[in-house]
Amino acid sequence: MEILVEVRRQHSPADVPYYQTIKYQAASDEENVATVLRNLNATPELRDTENREVGEIHWQCSCLQKKCGACAMLINGLPRLACDTKLKDFRENRLLRLEPLKKFPIVRDLMVDRSIMMKNLRDIANWLEREATLTDKNEELAYDASRCLQCGCCLEVCPNFEVGGKFYGAAAFVPASRILSELPKARKYQLIKRYKKRVYSGCGKSLACHDICPVGIDVENKLVNSNAVAVWRRFFSNKKTENP
Amino acid sequence: MRVNIIGAGLAGLSAALTLAKDGVECNLFSVQQSERAQSVMAEGGINAVLDTMNEDDKIEYHIKDTMDGGANLADPNAVDGLCRNAPDIVRELEQLGVPFSKNEKGIVQRSFGGQKKKRTAFVKSSTGKMLMTAMIDAVRQYEAQGLVYRYPHHRLEDLIVRDNECCGAVLSDFFTGDVYEFYGSVIMATGGMNGLFEEMTTGSMLNTSDAAAIALERGVELANLEFIQYHPTTIAIQGKRLLISEAARGEGGRLYVKRRGYKWYFMEEKYPELKNLMPRDVVSAEMVKVTSRAECDDQVFLDMTEIPPMIWDTRLSDLREQCVNYLNIDPVSQPVPVSPGIHYFMGGIRVDEEHRTSLSNCYAAGECACQYHGANRLGGNSLLGAIYGGRIAAQSVLKYADRDALYRRNALEDVPAQNVSPNLSKRITEILASSLQIIRHEVTLNNSIHEIKMLLTHDINSAERRRLHLAQAVLLSAKSRRESRGAHKRTDYPEKDDVNFHKQTVARMNGDEVEITFLDIPERRE
Repeated sequence: MEILVEVRRQHSPADVPYYQTIKYQAASDEENVATVLRNLNATPELRDTENREVGEIHWQCSCLQKKCGACAMLINGLPRLACDTKLKDFRENRLLRLEPLKKFPIVRDLMVDRSIMMKNLRDIANWLEREATLTDKNEELAYDASRCLQCGCCLEVCPNFEVGGKFYGAAAFVPASRILSELPKARKYQLIKRYKKRVYSGCGKSLACHDICPVGIDVENKLVNSNAVAVWRRFFSNKKTENP
Repeated sequence: MRVNIIGAGLAGLSAALTLAKDGVECNLFSVQQSERAQSVMAEGGINAVLDTMNEDDKIEYHIKDTMDGGANLADPNAVDGLCRNAPDIVRELEQLGVPFSKNEKGIVQRSFGGQKKKRTAFVKSSTGKMLMTAMIDAVRQYEAQGLVYRYPHHRLEDLIVRDNECCGAVLSDFFTGDVYEFYGSVIMATGGMNGLFEEMTTGSMLNTSDAAAIALERGVELANLEFIQYHPTTIAIQGKRLLISEAARGEGGRLYVKRRGYKWYFMEEKYPELKNLMPRDVVSAEMVKVTSRAECDDQVFLDMTEIPPMIWDTRLSDLREQCVNYLNIDPVSQPVPVSPGIHYFMGGIRVDEEHRTSLSNCYAAGECACQYHGANRLGGNSLLGAIYGGRIAAQSVLKYADRDALYRRNALEDVPAQNVSPNLSKRITEILASSLQIIRHEVTLNNSIHEIKMLLTHDINSAERRRLHLAQAVLLSAKSRRESRGAHKRTDYPEKDDVNFHKQTVARMNGDEVEITFLDIPERRE
């Protein structure tokens, strides 16, 4: 099947971005976007529909199986993982539009600088200050929170997050919930203080993050539990939140 | 002193944590951030004798299984240290908050290949990801204290070698294009050589093999390169092979092939004791054998349909999701077609028991190093080897390096980036894949060696030259080992030959040529 791939190009942060549209022959609509990009980059002397040369399209990728979060990008306007998005998801219009996540500083093409997530987790002191004590109450939560890929899709859709802003978003509070879920005796005063400032007071509860998470983490549950511990000093329960 | 750790997967994190706890600074370099490292893909578990399953397990048994599984080619003293420290490592991971599955006696352990006791601690089939999350958080504390300096999006370009000593490493920031020399001790934690077999491995695209090629080119010895693990249960998906974790067989999955129309559970018939859980080299070789028989189909299936629903829910939910997602097969009700695929490199940078390489002031740990696994690695020993190896490498730096050495970094101007062209990379894969299959022969190995030699006469850049030398080193290692052992099986030399080859294969550059020698395996100390 033939599709059109529209890619946003930008050689460096200082350069002006532009779009290139490329005709692409897919083997089947089971092909995922990572395969499309790999094939395009492996095609010698590739040209776009205006007969302009198409140089290597820069993007990030590592595991190709939804375990590392490297390949997050905007696919037809939605933040998704390229390795987890098949062409059949967009069958109707046969146009695949690929753009970098827009919340993060651009590096080139589809590659963005997501180091703000590491920085924010450092800033809220996201680590255990004493040894963990896992019980059947917090074990499942620790597992689910530990699955976070740090891909950034949740921040892309968040109406309250911006790079350098005061609110750190789900990419911070999901990992934080693992630490906060520890028994009260494990000291975490630093984290509690900063959690209130960087998560609780800035979150507008749109929960767009909950729906977009590519690995399906129960994000709302993490937020509720973390708020309970950090703000209300209530030891959390392991009950899953009901979907509204 | 500031130590340069190349690679921020499990081995690199473990090294960083060890140094930081001792108050020593390090740079932690990685092509992408830790969450993207191949370590997050490890599934089945981590081995340690915890004896929580009422099986009277002993550390001595873990040592024996590891040595036997590796066809006695591992350093017995290193393996001794690995297994002895394993229980403490797993308990420390638990203290870091890894949510291991538990029973009333503590951490639950599952059966894994090549082990006669249930010895593998796990978190469903996402053990690597869980360990990584805990370790990343643990290291983060020291980043905030200014002991660990993170350099994500940095790629190793070269090692700085002067007077046969490693003085540091050259790294490029591929976000900005800037290139720097970082002076100080170097710990290589760069992962396996997946890039030699493009699209053919279960691992990460980030592990290009360039680090091993750089080491070889700079005079560092590599060892046992011919031992490449084919995991029995993998499937081709787009751009790579998908692993079906050994946990599937550990929890009751069975391998069969159709023989004259009927299911033949060949592993159970041939190996009544360990059955489907024989070491990986044995299972993969058996799969090749049975599918080449005239009366058998050429496809082996992994039948997981007898695994109880409770086990699927509590221990394998993620494995099931992966099969549904990438194969459109629900393993609960349908057998999965599987075949062996490249999963792990037992060989790599040669290190001694203290993780020192042949180059002074340069250390290596994790999959990039040749240690612990001999001729065939047991499942559950790689996460353990990465953590333990990273720790030992860091301890050796603390022991041997000059703590008062002044740290410095130096910007280099106008260094053009050297990359292996996609076409050449693909060509090297074709050449290696044609002769480095599960079953090998000198004639095809010679053909491949010749083809690599021809490519070396072409107009190539320095990155391409060293990649070709690495490929040549792997092929020559395989050719020189004229016996069958572990993951290295040859039709022309089908027997194990302890007299001549109970040794480590060593590859090094001698001028412009790769030279192969053999080194005795150390005796086990009392």
